[in-house]
Amino acid sequence: MVRFDRVGLRYPVPPGPEGTGPEALRDVSFALPEGSFHWLLGPSGAGKSSLLRLMHLALRPSRGEVELFGARLSQTRRAALPRLRRRIGVVHQDFRLLPHLPVADNLALPLRIAGRAEAQVRADVEEMLRWIGLVNRADALPAALSGGEQQRVAIARAVVIRPALLVADEPTGNLDAAQTWRVLRLLGEMHRMGTTVVVATHDEVLVRAHAAPALRLEGGRLVSHG
Amino acid sequence: MADGARRQRLRRSRGRDPLGLRRALADRLLPGLVAAMALLGAVALGGAEGAAELARRWQGGAGSAVLVQFPAETPPARRDAALAALRALPGVVDARAMDRERMAALLRPWLGEVPSLPLPVVIELRLASLPASPAGFAERVAAAVPGGGASVEAHGVWLARLAALARSLQGVAMAALLLVAGIAAAVVAVAVRAGIAARRQAIAILHELGATDSDIAGRFARRVALLAGAGALAGTTLAVPVLAALAGLAAPLVGGEAAVAEGLPWRGLPWTGLALLPAIGAGIGWLTAQIAVRRWLRLLP
Repeated sequence: MVRFDRVGLRYPVPPGPEGTGPEALRDVSFALPEGSFHWLLGPSGAGKSSLLRLMHLALRPSRGEVELFGARLSQTRRAALPRLRRRIGVVHQDFRLLPHLPVADNLALPLRIAGRAEAQVRADVEEMLRWIGLVNRADALPAALSGGEQQRVAIARAVVIRPALLVADEPTGNLDAAQTWRVLRLLGEMHRMGTTVVVATHDEVLVRAHAAPALRLEGGRLVSHG
Repeated sequence: MADGARRQRLRRSRGRDPLGLRRALADRLLPGLVAAMALLGAVALGGAEGAAELARRWQGGAGSAVLVQFPAETPPARRDAALAALRALPGVVDARAMDRERMAALLRPWLGEVPSLPLPVVIELRLASLPASPAGFAERVAAAVPGGGASVEAHGVWLARLAALARSLQGVAMAALLLVAGIAAAVVAVAVRAGIAARRQAIAILHELGATDSDIAGRFARRVALLAGAGALAGTTLAVPVLAALAGLAAPLVGGEAAVAEGLPWRGLPWTGLALLPAIGAGIGWLTAQIAVRRWLRLLP
């Protein structure tokens, strides 16, 4: 499903050539089987977000090989990446909802991008709204929602297209305890439905509450896996 | 119920614009600028068309740069001697006597059908290049005719100069049209860049969700084409009365007095070109937006 082989990552430092900045990830190698749930742990600056960005194709590695759904990124044309991205759901700490679109249209976005028929879009959006308990907020703009509600919408948007891989970067970082457990329950449900889930967090309480293998990063290196 | 339907319509409407381009690319500034460009373009187009018409008309009049005229009773031997002398004159490419039928056709608009009227003997001269001083050249031609008695008309030289000037004006007008198109493309590019800057995060989100470059660039291009097309239509519409007024002023120069007298000065407007301007404006907007957005998207992985 996901395989990293001696992956290194340097960010570009403008105006220099690409990949000339400090190394954010060094020789990271691991493999995640299909349908697994993994925590991604480590202190701030360890490289968790960088690793997730590589995983959801927001970055390309400076060296090494990333393999997703059997496709080696080094051999994949840029034009083929959107099709891979549609199989990945992403949840960010800051939600990243489109502020000018109501909740229902935010949820419909991945389906419309994938070219689904409008009748199917409406049915799937209704189902997702029921799943996250926000049926009565379908027409609300994101700014009118609480942080927890926004994160539930962000999770619903990430999974509405039934992704094979779901990555979440500190999804509970801005939430109170009650909302945190609700989000964790939603992620667990996706895992039980067969989605491969990777969640980056530094919340050890959350990790203890949901027993699962963990990838632990420190200083850009993978120090433990399992 | 009605409120629910309204909300549903609103939701669908916004869903078709996930990048929020209706606000990022507002419907006033860009169409206004493109309308101004289209207005200038239409005037340039009208100028090019008018200059071409003047050039055609004046070129026809300048077909014989110089005419040498003898009295009707001039014997053929004297005419032939004059032809030989004129052909030997420096700067003359050809000299030939005008036949009666052609001369009658030329005079018909003024004199009508008068077969019994004695017509003068006329020799047409074609020149290698236009002389710097038509009057001086006419004097040299008159002096070169054996026996004298010839009158020389060099007004064709002036007409040829006017035709050359009209052709130059036509070229300048076409260059102005291209320049206007280039400026319109630059204006659109600036507006698109501003739109990209305003919707950077929304673009990144669509990109992350699997939207292709073609999808994102297409959304920009359709919006910009709509705005540019509407602006170009407005500018072209505004240009029509201006061009009609100019056509009315130019009518006596291009022989269109009859149309003006009938109150139809717009009959001679370049309607095909004017009709194409909105489509060209939309096309420039679409293409410029596609290029600008795709170039920016290439920065994303």
